[in-house]
Amino acid sequence: MAGDAGSVLKVSVWRSSGPGGVAAGDGRFETFEVPRQPSQTVLDVVTHIQRHCDPTLGYRFACRVGVCGSCAMVVNGEARWTCRTHVDKVAEGGRLEVAPLRNLPVIRDLATDMSAFFDKWARARGQFSGTRSRQEPFAVVEPQSEERRQVDLGIECIGCGVCYSSCDVVEWKPDYLGPAAMNRAWTLVNDVRDTARRERLAAVAGDAGCHACHTHMSCTERCPKHLPLTSAIAGLKRETTRALLRGEL
Amino acid sequence: MSSRAWRSRNHPAYWAFLVHRVSGLALAAFLPLHFWALGQALSGPAALDGFLSWADHPAVKLAEFGLVVALAAHLAGGLRLLALEFLPWREWQKSLFAASVAAALAAGLLFALNVG
Repeated sequence: MAGDAGSVLKVSVWRSSGPGGVAAGDGRFETFEVPRQPSQTVLDVVTHIQRHCDPTLGYRFACRVGVCGSCAMVVNGEARWTCRTHVDKVAEGGRLEVAPLRNLPVIRDLATDMSAFFDKWARARGQFSGTRSRQEPFAVVEPQSEERRQVDLGIECIGCGVCYSSCDVVEWKPDYLGPAAMNRAWTLVNDVRDTARRERLAAVAGDAGCHACHTHMSCTERCPKHLPLTSAIAGLKRETTRALLRGEL
Repeated sequence: MSSRAWRSRNHPAYWAFLVHRVSGLALAAFLPLHFWALGQALSGPAALDGFLSWADHPAVKLAEFGLVVALAAHLAGGLRLLALEFLPWREWQKSLFAASVAAALAAGLLFALNVG
């Protein structure tokens, strides 16, 4: 039945009650009817609603192919990339529910303000600090080294916010840095060229850092790129503990 | 919270967290009762023996079975967490929850078989 030509999908879409900076819970669901198409994605559905039902619907997307990470929303209760989610996989009884990402303020309807999410990357000391200038030869990082392999596990993050939206600790403790920021910190802790290891470990060792993680693993479960985020946070727990025992923190 | 919100939490690691948290709280709540029961010995052997014969009641044995399972689950869940956080990451570590549940149920079964 799913995807049958001529059938109609009932879509509940979160509408914020006013434009600009409204609180996440301030709004209601509005239902739209969208014609089913073969191989239809949730992003196709949202786009159809904006183009044919209500042009005031606010949402965000760019690449449509799972590269940019800007179209993440909560679909039937789970945070997902809407561009890479087929309606067939998630619709239940011809119904869909589309809401903005959790744990972030809503700008309008389905678009969230991701400033806090990216500010936390900076707070987790997510910037690379090297020593070489562009005039010097490239640093050689052995591809098979343990550090490089650890970096490989986490480097593909595109900052979509699905992990952050799925994390209960972020909800309970709004200061918590969250999985993506700490995954970034972990890739830099393992970057042999980086010189800010100590400051970075100090940045993630605090009350809002890695030790606040409850190992729910919702981030790892939901990451569209299947990055082992809980493993990155566990790595930071080990390294910060080691640094503390050595008197470096 | 809607049922949809719980859906995103419906995966083994979250269940492991819930089992660990609930068993921990249950064991903490049980501890005062445990100390009170041991404290019966202070009032003489008769008081403790009276309590122990009450504890032979099948309903109490059933509760004890739950207690043993909770203790085993909390222990196994704690070992699982230590393995997740201190051993290098491996895919099989995701199966540790299943192993923890199996260990807890095995401990409960062992207790139940020895009750009779």
